[in-house]
Amino acid sequence: MIAFRDVIVRYPHRELPALDGVSLVAERGRITAVVGPNGSGKSTLVRALVGRIPLAGGEITLDDKSVAGFAQRELATRVAVVTQREEPAFPLTVHEYIALGRYPHLGLWRGAGRADHAAVARAVERTETESFGDRAITELSGGEWQRVRLARALAQGGDVIVLDEPTTFLDIGHEMAIFELLSRLAAEGQAVLLVSHQLNLVARFAEHIVLLHRGRVAAAGDPGAVMQGAVLERVYEWPLVVTRDPAVGAPALVPLRVRPRGERTT
Amino acid sequence: MIAGVMIGTLRLSVLDVVNGVLGIGAPIPVSVVRILRLPRVLLAALVGAGLGAAGAALQGATRNKLAEPYLLGVSGGAAVGAVLASAFHAPVALVPVAGFAGALVAVALTLLVARASGGRGDARVVLMAGVVVGAFANAVIMVALANADASAVRGALWWMMGSVAEASWVQVRALALFVAIGIGALLALGRAIDVLALGDDTAAGLGVDVTRVSLGVYIAGALLAAGTVSAAGLVGFVGLLVPHLVRLAGARTHRAIIGAAALAGAALVVCADLIARVAMPPAELPLGAVTALIGVPFFLALLRRLA
Repeated sequence: MIAFRDVIVRYPHRELPALDGVSLVAERGRITAVVGPNGSGKSTLVRALVGRIPLAGGEITLDDKSVAGFAQRELATRVAVVTQREEPAFPLTVHEYIALGRYPHLGLWRGAGRADHAAVARAVERTETESFGDRAITELSGGEWQRVRLARALAQGGDVIVLDEPTTFLDIGHEMAIFELLSRLAAEGQAVLLVSHQLNLVARFAEHIVLLHRGRVAAAGDPGAVMQGAVLERVYEWPLVVTRDPAVGAPALVPLRVRPRGERTT
Repeated sequence: MIAGVMIGTLRLSVLDVVNGVLGIGAPIPVSVVRILRLPRVLLAALVGAGLGAAGAALQGATRNKLAEPYLLGVSGGAAVGAVLASAFHAPVALVPVAGFAGALVAVALTLLVARASGGRGDARVVLMAGVVVGAFANAVIMVALANADASAVRGALWWMMGSVAEASWVQVRALALFVAIGIGALLALGRAIDVLALGDDTAAGLGVDVTRVSLGVYIAGALLAAGTVSAAGLVGFVGLLVPHLVRLAGARTHRAIIGAAALAGAALVVCADLIARVAMPPAELPLGAVTALIGVPFFLALLRRLA
């Protein structure tokens, strides 16, 4: 279980903190989604978790132990992170790339062992990436690349996976495939912490949603509790209505158009 | 390397070289081999190995295909040291020492500037800091040269163009130690560099302490660069070109890339020195000019494949 408690993060030369007392819990066996407008602090949450920016206050814990107390490598064996953007400088094959997920498990000079190969094979199988294992990662389509990155994170072997907008630039089919996979991972007992802009999909797949606004938690709870028109309108500063998605009945957001004078229209 | 020892004003056979190394046979070939050619070839090989390995590691750690060993202000700092030493009429033997000191000061300055800018392990900030320190060093050189006499200017220039002509066993031993430690450290960091090449945030998520590993690569790379600079002046293009050649040849992981770049760099500089010695006898060409002349066409060809 990953927990943020009153986390405060300040970037240098900025007046307002990027995270201003954020608390949330990502439990095993469910998808916990973090949503919110651009600049609300979603990605900062992920960077703070991997120690790329220091906390000005509060604490991030893994199973009630502060992540600051973990060696970076040890943390990486427990928590895998798929960052928002990643542009490898040099071309690797898909298989070589996924195998890098075992880095935290390897010694200084020891090569990959049987457990490492097994973890990689399993990650490849889960993400259905075996058919293009020998291709260069620079030649993949957007959907393939995201699946490969997910495979690399699964190969790390932890039971917490954190993803920062894993379906950006993906079409509906590829996007759904990723959400289905995350859903299966959660069902198998992983803690999935998902940062996403896809409110409607999140409302269908996530058990718990945290809505961030200007570095603070504006609402948190199950999809029904967070997907409230009034709250979302205030946070996104755009007129909208919340309805039910006809397929499964989950709350669904429909943004409205605005007339020049700001009147609402459908 | 054997060819490097064989060919020269006095042509030697393979047998002469072997005999020379073992110290048997006619006295003139033996002394040519042991006093003149062998240290020179070994020094060239060490310079090439150090530059190749440092370039490979720096390109990986900074995720920059144009990174090279001199980029952390090393070349500028070394030149400042050498020029100042020449300008103050220091003994010739002190010029490399001054160059080494200058290189170390410049690297320290680069890392301090990067740190003060809040960049810590951020490759982009470190690269820019290196450019700034390099520019400052150039200004210092111009001021120093403006007030120096002609012979000092010529001495400093010659040294900056790179040469292993003054190779001695003392230099070979000193540089061998540097190169062994530097390359050993880079090989140890090789796996972390593989991960670092994916990006800082991803690397952190995979358990790499980005700041520490980056700093380790910068320091090891800079020591290699400074060591080679003090032994042979500035030998351009090797650290930039060789890692690309090695990658094209199929090396993937940074351990393989660094190791292969060391070997290929050694071979390249030995060949370049051979050309420098025999191309226009009795004059010797500056080694740095030869490596650049070889490197440019290679790099142009590479550019097409990289683009």
